[in-house]
Amino acid sequence: MLSMSLLLPALPEIVLACSCMALLMVGVFRGNNVTRSLSWVAVFSLLLVGFILSSIQTGRMTAFGGQFVVDDFAHFMKWLVIIGASLAIIMSINFNEQEGIARFEYPVLILFAALGMFMMVSANDLISLYIGLELQSLALYVVAAFRRDSLKSSEAGLKYFVLGALSSGMLLYGCSLIYGFSGTTSFEGLATLFKGLGGAEPGVGLVVGLVFLIAGLAFKVSAVPFHMWTPDVYEGAPTPVTAFFAVAPKVAAIALFMRVLMGPFGSLIAEWQQVIVLISIASMVLGALAAIRQDNIKRLLAYSSIGHVGYALIGLAAGTEAGVRGILVYMTIYLAMNVGTFCCVLAMRRTGRMVEGITDLAGLARNQPMLALAMAIFMFSMAGIPPLAGFFGKLYIFLAAVEAGLYTLAIIGVLASVVGAYYYLRIIKIMYFEDPAEIFDRTIPREVKIILVGTALFVTFFIIRPGVVVEGAASAARMLLTG
Amino acid sequence: MSDFPILSIVTFLPLVGALAILIIRGDEEVVTRNAKATALWTTLITFCLSLMLWTGFDRTSAAFQFVEKHSWIESFGINYHMGVDGISVLFVLLSTFLTPICVLASWDAIKVRVKEYMIAFLILETLMVGMFCALDFVLFYIFFEGVLIPMFLIIGVWGGRRRVYAAFKFFLYTLTGSVLMLLAILAIYLQAETSDIPSLLNFVLPANIQNWLWLAFFASFAVKVPMWPVHTWLPDAHVEAPTAGSVILAGVLLKMGAYGFLRFSVPMLPIASEFFTPLIFSLSIIAVIYTSLVALVQLDMKKLIAYSSVAHMGFVTLGIFSLNQQGVSGAIYQMLSHGIVSAALFLCVGVIYDRIHTREIARYGGLAERMPVYAVFFMVFMLASVGLPGTGGFIGEILVLVGLFQVSTWAATLAATGLVLGAAYMLWLYRRVIFGNLTKGDLKAIKDMSYREVAVFTPLLVLTIWMGVYPMPFLEIIEVSVANLVEQHKTAMLAAKTITLAGQ
Repeated sequence: MLSMSLLLPALPEIVLACSCMALLMVGVFRGNNVTRSLSWVAVFSLLLVGFILSSIQTGRMTAFGGQFVVDDFAHFMKWLVIIGASLAIIMSINFNEQEGIARFEYPVLILFAALGMFMMVSANDLISLYIGLELQSLALYVVAAFRRDSLKSSEAGLKYFVLGALSSGMLLYGCSLIYGFSGTTSFEGLATLFKGLGGAEPGVGLVVGLVFLIAGLAFKVSAVPFHMWTPDVYEGAPTPVTAFFAVAPKVAAIALFMRVLMGPFGSLIAEWQQVIVLISIASMVLGALAAIRQDNIKRLLAYSSIGHVGYALIGLAAGTEAGVRGILVYMTIYLAMNVGTFCCVLAMRRTGRMVEGITDLAGLARNQPMLALAMAIFMFSMAGIPPLAGFFGKLYIFLAAVEAGLYTLAIIGVLASVVGAYYYLRIIKIMYFEDPAEIFDRTIPREVKIILVGTALFVTFFIIRPGVVVEGAASAARMLLTG
Repeated sequence: MSDFPILSIVTFLPLVGALAILIIRGDEEVVTRNAKATALWTTLITFCLSLMLWTGFDRTSAAFQFVEKHSWIESFGINYHMGVDGISVLFVLLSTFLTPICVLASWDAIKVRVKEYMIAFLILETLMVGMFCALDFVLFYIFFEGVLIPMFLIIGVWGGRRRVYAAFKFFLYTLTGSVLMLLAILAIYLQAETSDIPSLLNFVLPANIQNWLWLAFFASFAVKVPMWPVHTWLPDAHVEAPTAGSVILAGVLLKMGAYGFLRFSVPMLPIASEFFTPLIFSLSIIAVIYTSLVALVQLDMKKLIAYSSVAHMGFVTLGIFSLNQQGVSGAIYQMLSHGIVSAALFLCVGVIYDRIHTREIARYGGLAERMPVYAVFFMVFMLASVGLPGTGGFIGEILVLVGLFQVSTWAATLAATGLVLGAAYMLWLYRRVIFGNLTKGDLKAIKDMSYREVAVFTPLLVLTIWMGVYPMPFLEIIEVSVANLVEQHKTAMLAAKTITLAGQ
């Protein structure tokens, strides 16, 4: 029994892994005609995992010789992954059928990706970090190219794979340098080692290793200058996949970013803070400026997500508990806004074909006022205008930045958000101020509609009880820092 | 009565009305009719309820009244805290007073998407009233910036030809200022460890950061007031906005900036306020003189009135930063009367715009022949804008000048020249539109004001005269709070001086 209780912290992962494999078996033997039920089973197994996650005792626990850690922080992030992954599966069911790409591999791959993200979030060692990251990435490369007879989708998958492999290489190289100069891969070991330095400069090799590690992670969160893949992959991948890319992997990678930098490298903040400040500024500014010229809604959202990552990284640059809390709140809201927006994008369909130009939204407020209203809510929220949820995300991030004394970063951040507001407003302008274009098909599937309404309500009424998310984030942040 | 949440009701009743309109279904005509009726009744009931603030307000106390406090974000100590004092209560009334007038003024003028229009106006009312009542910094900011959303849509959807440009300019200008203020709010929150405004009013912020914070607030409020040189969004927004949009913009939204100076900059950052007074004076005087000159050459009526608003708001900022009883009371009084008079002037433009569909001054002339009633209404508001004794405009301006004279003779002299220019452009406008010969063909058939229009203008007219003839009821409310504000400022300056002396 002793060995069983050792595995207990990893029970959600084990259940998830088992259900992945079971679903894969079912799919292989029964073929594509069970895709629909398979998808729902996948959603339910994710929810089951969530239930297990909540029922196993909280507090900090480790497993597998300290390679794997469970705490409030991991708990919070895993819930976000569960929500993101289940919504991505639900959104895809009808879409994939309409597009003729309803294959059973899709939900299975999403589950595998979710498993990888769970591992990333709970990583407590450079090796388990890498395993989680690769499991996630490999699944994502495949789903990006899921519409395999489309040139764009295949290109997206290939591009993602090549660049992703490069970044994994950098990350691995960084890990090996760190191991070489410190003699350990365990986060706890590294933390003790760096604390022991007592503020002295670490060796150059170690810093180089750290920079490579950051570069690898920055690629995964698509922060500038490692963002090049994002617009192409977003545009090429099928829309529900893009929705998934925009949320779950970002959440997991940001979590990993925090776990690594605030944990083992927490006492080396002087070494990495400038790097993070720099990529944060670059992401915010590029995200805001580049999005202005975009005409494809998915590319526009790609740049918008680059910008959002820039804001989240402000919290990381602060390097404080408030910063972590800010990021957690931000990512939660970001998830709701993005899923909602992509639901709107899914509804952009004319005579059975998807349209993606932002001018196709023209006059939507007349034709489909409710859809336009939802989209407008998401856009205003992304621009960070109160009383919508997006404002609270920015509020806590900037609170952390001001508290940490990063005034320049905060000022650049808010000004970039004004520039960013321009292109969000542009979409609202097209929907509300222009004459109607052709009407969209009124074939939004019921489950997409429910998600759309749910996220819109969340974004609108977040203001009434912001405490629920904020308190959860606060306790998760405390846990990450005190250990 | 003390536990009756009157402020929350006044704030959120319009929102309830907006939701009610949202769920109206049926064919377009029915929806339009019901939306109009719902909006009118909601705003009228809101106004009647807000009169309870007028009657129930304790005029001898400078404390916040009708206070409501509920915990909201516990871990941060941020509360839902509402309350009004002598400075803010009249602005609440101004907002609730103008909104039904706006609804009435849009009755026939707005023909498309009436339902959405009314919803936008009701949401706007909630945000405006909430902003004047908020006693928590975060809550204040939410209302303050939330106003951008409905206003952006009102200008952009129902505006004139260049509405998109104007809407974007309005939004982005204001947002730039506001986000900088947000950082200042956060910095104050972290210093004082509270975002509760009444507690912050008694909190002394370190002198070395006051200037920076003041500049951040200034960035936001100066755009909103608007002060020269960041006023350029205002003429565009006014010209393109529908009539009711201009009314709210001039009547209430411009007051938000000046209210911000009064509520935050002056009491919370006294040393910085003193330090930057010359800056404010210079910018305000430039605004008064320069924009008056610009107003003289305008060809578009709305633009002319928009520039006159900038000039009048210049008086307001002069009054606030003279930091004595007369100056500050005068500034508040000027804001109230300007809120009513400029709103009425925009409505006057709206009346003839609805008939002839142009705002070009040269297209009019000799309207007195066909529209005598209109000419009378227009004349009273025009004279009130000039500041003729017996109208509301006079009291505010004279108080500001008296206050300002005690501080700086030069500033007062220069500001007074603005009055002369103001008279020049307003009288000239009136002459060109109302007098002269009626030569233009389409004007010959123009109809005088309808009963609905007279109903819209009468309350404005009554208030304008009342405020000019018997200002006591209004000043009574303002007085104690202003005295308290001025007193606190003096104490703070004295304390700061003692510290500097002790340091030497």
